[in-house]
Amino acid sequence: MTSLIPPATSDRAAKVMLWVSASIAMLTLLFILGYIVVQGLPVLTLSFLLESPRLSGAEGGILPAIVGTFCLLLVTLLSAVPIGIGAAIYLAEYAPEGVVTRIISFGVECLAGIPSIVIGLFGYAFLVIYLGFGFSILSGGLALMFMILPWVVRVSEESLKAVPGGLREGSLALGATKWQTVSRVVLPSAIPGITTGVILGIGKAIGETAVIMFTAGSSLLMPTSLFDPVRALPYHLYILASEGISDKMAYGSSVVLLVMVLVMNLAAVAIQRHYGRHHVRN
Amino acid sequence: MCTDHLRGGGDIENAETNRYISEDVDQRFILLDFARVPLTCKITVDVRMKTSERIIELLLFLSAATAVLIVALIIIFLLKEGLLVLVKVGIVDFCLGMKWNPIAIAGEPSYGIFPMIVASFYVAIGSLIIAVPLGLACAVFLAEIAPSWARSILKHAIELLVGIPSVILGFVGLVLLVPFIRDHFGGWGFSILAGSIILAIMALPRIISISDDAIRSVPREYKEASLALGATHWHTIRKVILPSARSGIVAAVILAMATSIGETMAVLMVVGNTPILPAPIYDILDPVRPMTSNILLEMSYATGDHASALFATGIVLFIVVAVLNVISHTALKSKMGTRR
Repeated sequence: MTSLIPPATSDRAAKVMLWVSASIAMLTLLFILGYIVVQGLPVLTLSFLLESPRLSGAEGGILPAIVGTFCLLLVTLLSAVPIGIGAAIYLAEYAPEGVVTRIISFGVECLAGIPSIVIGLFGYAFLVIYLGFGFSILSGGLALMFMILPWVVRVSEESLKAVPGGLREGSLALGATKWQTVSRVVLPSAIPGITTGVILGIGKAIGETAVIMFTAGSSLLMPTSLFDPVRALPYHLYILASEGISDKMAYGSSVVLLVMVLVMNLAAVAIQRHYGRHHVRN
Repeated sequence: MCTDHLRGGGDIENAETNRYISEDVDQRFILLDFARVPLTCKITVDVRMKTSERIIELLLFLSAATAVLIVALIIIFLLKEGLLVLVKVGIVDFCLGMKWNPIAIAGEPSYGIFPMIVASFYVAIGSLIIAVPLGLACAVFLAEIAPSWARSILKHAIELLVGIPSVILGFVGLVLLVPFIRDHFGGWGFSILAGSIILAIMALPRIISISDDAIRSVPREYKEASLALGATHWHTIRKVILPSARSGIVAAVILAMATSIGETMAVLMVVGNTPILPAPIYDILDPVRPMTSNILLEMSYATGDHASALFATGIVLFIVVAVLNVISHTALKSKMGTRR
């Protein structure tokens, strides 16, 4: 290299730049989080959490939105976990090498890449209209399931594949059938990894807005059945912010939403730490 | 018999197994030895699989097929709803049409989404211009020079950043970034610039973590050889490590672009949403409306052809994102191919 700058100097300068870049990334994150928390914490009172909104959200609390979010997540969880883990078991333990398996893996990849708004559109056309579920918890929860399913499948598959082969062999050698081996030996050892993945998936679903907008409705009433519409917290936040109803309430909602996501993330990290074998990558 | 299926284990074990077979012990015991064979290998010895096992395998297969089914249904329903307008207007006119006027008070409504396609790419590329250098620098920092404490902090920070819901980022953009741009750069505040910055924040963690992996998977010897030749660490990073990790980094960048184009909420809240091209075209302070915003904003009241046009926008969006994803995966795969 015919640079005029001595190598040692450029090396030093470059390293300083790298440190600066990393600091910028860190500071951006801290700034965003700090800003939300500082603005939102004063809004957080018991009545904010436990009251229904008045004046379309300008006053009162956000209880129906919190309940709505939990209902949606419950449907998502109950549908995504069995299907996702079942699919992962098939892919990791049963699937023969071949065209069908490759199509399935490709389908999972495809689904993961579909933009959330497209899943929302599909949820509207398929669940709300075609299947006649209407704007409801069921439609919204299932649409969210479509979104996190590939995530659950992928993480579970990785965790299953990370279980040492010796365990399977031992079990089979004792005369257990394939399913006995999978369900009693392989699956239990993969549970920490799977749980981490599911929790992170739910964490993604909590904040998702575009998917539930056209599927879960926007009612601020308390839901009484699976077919009632609800307005999830992120959608409530969007309406508060974009229609300029109340910035104060929007900050409060942001903090609550953020706390829910953080709790999920921390739980996932804690499980990972506790079992500490299998690292789940984002 | 089945000996050709024996792939696992060392030669000695294979030999041993063969001995068992030749001694003609009870079939079941042979089976036990075959349990050493990797499970992906089908054992063809005559075993009567119990019916319950069959049913379970079928159920597992069905849940695995669900993902494919959903993708198929998504494509079918998008086409079913969207084709109407695509055929009526013509695909070319729809994609290249300049005028989006779905509810014409007088005259024919017109459905042209070219400004929105441009807007989607504009905002996404803008975000990459910000996020790629920064993300790459962070990845190099993580992989090469960060002491372990800094690495663990940054890693956790990235995981946190991934977790922040996009609607919150949009909200922060709305209350902080938009007024900031309005006051310091002029214009309306809702702009391409604001959208790009918010998207860059969202793309950052993805770029960092994939690039970090790519950089870490560069064989150690490359680096050591370069250092041994007297190159400085930075010189090594720039001339040896980064070029070797190139395909992984390219994959990360394209993937980030795909997600940016598909991102809805955060962009929607800061980008202004006027369905026309910025004028002049390089004015990054002008508001635009990406495809995702178009769908979200109008879906709640659209009917008939208008709704169909929104589904057609969804089709275009789907295709664009799918193509980018495929390119990204190919880049990653080719990386896997060249190594080892």
